Amino acid sequence: MSKAGPPKSHPLFVRITHWINALAMILMIGSGWRIYNASPLFDFTFPREITLGGWLGGALQWHFAAMWLLVINGLVYLIYGLVTGHLRASLLPLSPRTVWADTVAALRLKLDHTTGRYNAVQKLLYLGVLALGVLVVLSGLAVWKPVQLWWLAALMGGYEGARLVHFFCMSGIVAFVIVHLALVFLVPATFLPMITGRAPAPKTNEANE
Amino acid sequence: MKRDKSLIAATLKDIAPDLKRIERRLFLRQSLSLGALTMLSGCDLGSGNAVQGALDAMSKWNDGVQAALFSQTRLAKTYAPSDITPNFPFNAFYTEAEAPVINGKTYKLQLSGKITDKKPWSIADLRTLPQESQITRLICVEGWSAIGHWGGVPLHVFLDRIGADKTAKYVGFKCADKYYSSIDMPTALHPQTILALDYADEPLPTPLGYPLRIRIPTKLGFKNPKFITEIFVTNDYPGGYWEDQGYNWFSGS
Ligand code: HEM
Repeated sequence: MSKAGPPKSHPLFVRITHWINALAMILMIGSGWRIYNASPLFDFTFPREITLGGWLGGALQWHFAAMWLLVINGLVYLIYGLVTGHLRASLLPLSPRTVWADTVAALRLKLDHTTGRYNAVQKLLYLGVLALGVLVVLSGLAVWKPVQLWWLAALMGGYEGARLVHFFCMSGIVAFVIVHLALVFLVPATFLPMITGRAPAPKTNEANE
Repeated sequence: MKRDKSLIAATLKDIAPDLKRIERRLFLRQSLSLGALTMLSGCDLGSGNAVQGALDAMSKWNDGVQAALFSQTRLAKTYAPSDITPNFPFNAFYTEAEAPVINGKTYKLQLSGKITDKKPWSIADLRTLPQESQITRLICVEGWSAIGHWGGVPLHVFLDRIGADKTAKYVGFKCADKYYSSIDMPTALHPQTILALDYADEPLPTPLGYPLRIRIPTKLGFKNPKFITEIFVTNDYPGGYWEDQGYNWFSGS
């Protein structure tokens, strides 16, 4: 991987929108699970203790309040990221070849981690979760307004189709979060820079190589 | 900008134990706040705390957004007879066995509020008005949905006939089962909003609201009250059985 390019650690706008998004996601997922329980799509429900809202009405209130936080914050991130070139600089270029190479390197534990500069696997995962984020919002809007936003609902296979899309996007995001948190626990030095924006002590990086 | 890396590294090394502790504390605080959040959510609606106030305010804001999004000419999708859901589900805040059984021969629909002609209506009277039928999807706030075949009097026709004040804000409904709800005037005047008398070309069966319910394919199921005994027109926000407990009032589709 090239050594030139993106900043040493995370720009302020990334850090702020990241943590607002984390909060919004916790609220959306927690309330979404409670909404799911009112009429489960599949043969399971979520344990009450890990849901948000107490009852269906409360969960819906959380869901439809936090969606504004999620969407406005997401738009700020995307627009700012596009305008400043941050998205392009940190998430592109991406090719199957580099993804493959970095996957192999990671499995051999030969992949180095430089805070604020992403390898191809990370790029793929980050782009993937961003796409899921857009899709979970679009499918959510389709489920919320299948008549007024009929074209959106039609794109998702109608109300019932949109419900499934919405659920699978949530599942994908939760899977991402699990991997994401597991990696932070494995490489704890990545945690503070997401708050301070400063690169961690070089020693930690060496230890990981 | 070049910083002295070794210096920073040294300083970081010195404070590393502190950083570790802060890091752990941050994690701890995060998990704590997650727990606190779930507890907050366990609070009763209407307990008057700040979080609940904010949620209520957002729900009002969402009423406005939905009213702005609502189009009086946009129609809900209609379906073919073959799409109809077999055994249309019963749903209420009580069991099916407790559903009120109303005598359709003596039944009269009462009218009140901003209406010129408040004479009560019998079912036979209502059947003399123009009838419409529709095969539409009813979407429940719980998430499930069902396609059904409804017939009856378009509400806008009825409101015209009784001289309702169409500049008023709300149309409200009172029901034999103590249920009540209300809708905005634009939705009341939507062509697919009907006072339903029939299901599948037969008088409504009791579980679906005999003798009269409202069918609004542009609103969630709980905004489609059954066993209606009174309709009123008003400018004073009438709320509703579920709405007063926290369901979003507009609840449009
Ligand atoms: C603008 C953004 C969003 C909107 C408008 C939205 C809208 C909705 C609506 C209307 C429902 C109710 C469906 C039902 O009654 O079954 C729902 C359910 C749900 N939402 Fe969202 N949502 C949004 C974002 C999210 C996000 C970000 C997540 C999680 C990552 C999420 C997770 C869920 C889950 C798990 C359910 C329950 C699924 C079901 O039973 O159908 N939503 N959402």
